[in-house]
Amino acid sequence: MIRSRAFAWVALAFVTALAAMLTLVASNYMLRLATVVAMYAVLAQSWNFIGGLAGYPSFATAAFFGLGAYVSAVLQSKGVPMLAAWLAGGAGTALFAAFLSGAILHLRGHYFAIASLVVVEVLREIINTTPDLTGGGMGLNLPVLRLSVTAQAQLFYLAMLMLFAAAFATALVVHNSKAGFALRCIKQNEDAASIIGVNAYAYKALAFTLSAVFVGVAGAIYASWTNYIDPTDVFDLLLSVKPLVMVLLGGVGTLLGPAVGAIILLVFEELIWRNFLTIHAAVLGAVIVVLVLFLPNGLMPMLQGFWRARWGPRMEPAA
Amino acid sequence: MIYLQLLANGIVLGGLYAAIAAGFSLVWGVLNVINILHGTFIVLGSYIAFFAYAYAGIHPFISIVPAALLLFGLGWAVQASMINRVISAPVLITLTLTFGLDLVLNNAMLVAFTADYRKVNLETSLPGLVLGPVIVPGDKLAATALAVALTYALYRLLSDSNVGRAIVAVRMDREAAALMGVDVRRINAITFGIGAAMAGAAGALLSIIYPISPLNSTLFLGKAFVVCVLGGLGSVPGALVGGLALGVIESLGGFALGPEHAVTISFCLLLLLLFVRPSGILGKRGYE
Repeated sequence: MIRSRAFAWVALAFVTALAAMLTLVASNYMLRLATVVAMYAVLAQSWNFIGGLAGYPSFATAAFFGLGAYVSAVLQSKGVPMLAAWLAGGAGTALFAAFLSGAILHLRGHYFAIASLVVVEVLREIINTTPDLTGGGMGLNLPVLRLSVTAQAQLFYLAMLMLFAAAFATALVVHNSKAGFALRCIKQNEDAASIIGVNAYAYKALAFTLSAVFVGVAGAIYASWTNYIDPTDVFDLLLSVKPLVMVLLGGVGTLLGPAVGAIILLVFEELIWRNFLTIHAAVLGAVIVVLVLFLPNGLMPMLQGFWRARWGPRMEPAA
Repeated sequence: MIYLQLLANGIVLGGLYAAIAAGFSLVWGVLNVINILHGTFIVLGSYIAFFAYAYAGIHPFISIVPAALLLFGLGWAVQASMINRVISAPVLITLTLTFGLDLVLNNAMLVAFTADYRKVNLETSLPGLVLGPVIVPGDKLAATALAVALTYALYRLLSDSNVGRAIVAVRMDREAAALMGVDVRRINAITFGIGAAMAGAAGALLSIIYPISPLNSTLFLGKAFVVCVLGGLGSVPGALVGGLALGVIESLGGFALGPEHAVTISFCLLLLLLFVRPSGILGKRGYE
């Protein structure tokens, strides 16, 4: 156990360093794709805290993303430096999620799903109806960086990558901690968990807040990256649904599942959807249907089974 | 009195909301499935009415029948072929499945019918009803009356027919119903079909009031959510009470705070209700 945990940290550092070196060789187009993968992976890894570990089907990801984007964008329009605004976007979103957990985490199942979905709609409407501060439906422009196109591509890629590394490191800590155990208990049977002394509310609130903070920063980085945000873009419901699809693709409640799912989804988007723009949504829908009906545990168990069948017998059992 | 007029507008709107939500509530209550397809089913019903009127001159009120029948078949097939396979899986799975199906169906409608807003322009409209200072347009009033009648028909179907009793039994206790000889999978498919039929019928009624476009499906879905939570899940009278409450609140709130806030009002109300009383105004167990 100790050995495998140390191995995980070394592997994370190694993979992150390797991914960072992509800036030395990749074209701007490749860097853009890599930035999107990192962003998707952040969203999926974050959703996994509340949806995968605790089993609460949250659709609030788009709310956190949009809130982070707007907090950071409004602060930057008031003259706050970019990096500080990003962190403020994350902090503000985390604070909002912690506050929100008091209001909706006593709900279960469908009721929780709907309440979290409604939060997206309410935030979007609020932004839409406060044009003085946020530009309303007209959207908001962000300060343009005085950097070359290539330097910008590298900067935003590295920022997203570091954010993903932070999200993954947090997941690593949580999965192996008492909190991770408590959340898995809550997923299996919340009442039983409460009876044996798990403070269900506190752990759910922790998971919900963790599912928000990195998404908020991702939204803030995205806003700076695209230089312009509007409510329909950053509060897009698909931002809530894609993380869920990615986690289902990779494997619910697993450590690597979200990142694997993010890579698969983006490859899929690039290879297939861009050639069929008018039926983009239908293809995503068909993927979801096939996934739910035929691969409810995602691709990871299948890959693991393949791995074991090929390498398993020769490997030493883990200590 | 402007407030009496607003109240009347709210009630007319509320009857339509009840029809929008009744089928959604039935599916949620009996199958424990949140049917994201519901909004798209409604729009499909509107298109059926639109084309029937445009090409055959059939009045949308008559198109209720073919719309309901076609959507019953579609809903039955979706449940029997797909949702039944994962009906006992966790909430997330069925919700995600209907979301995926909605993406496919809605996209297909966008390709087939385009996103352009269309409208049924009736050649002859019914005379308006004038009650003192309050005026209600005749077509709107008739649509609402039909919507309430449909909701009542669903209520009678559930309480009086054999199939209805079986649906109520499945809602109360799935295993016990199976032990009493109810074919649960068949009842699942019929229930989903009835939910879709109600959506189609409501869509046909709405075609004379709302512009028709696939983009409207989320709007209707949102209304169905709010009405269900307001009135209490899985009860036809609840859908009626919730629909009327939402209609009146939107009408009065939109007047007080400006029409652009009507949607925000209903969603904030939903969050508040989920917080204080998740079981709704008439919430109780058992589909009645």
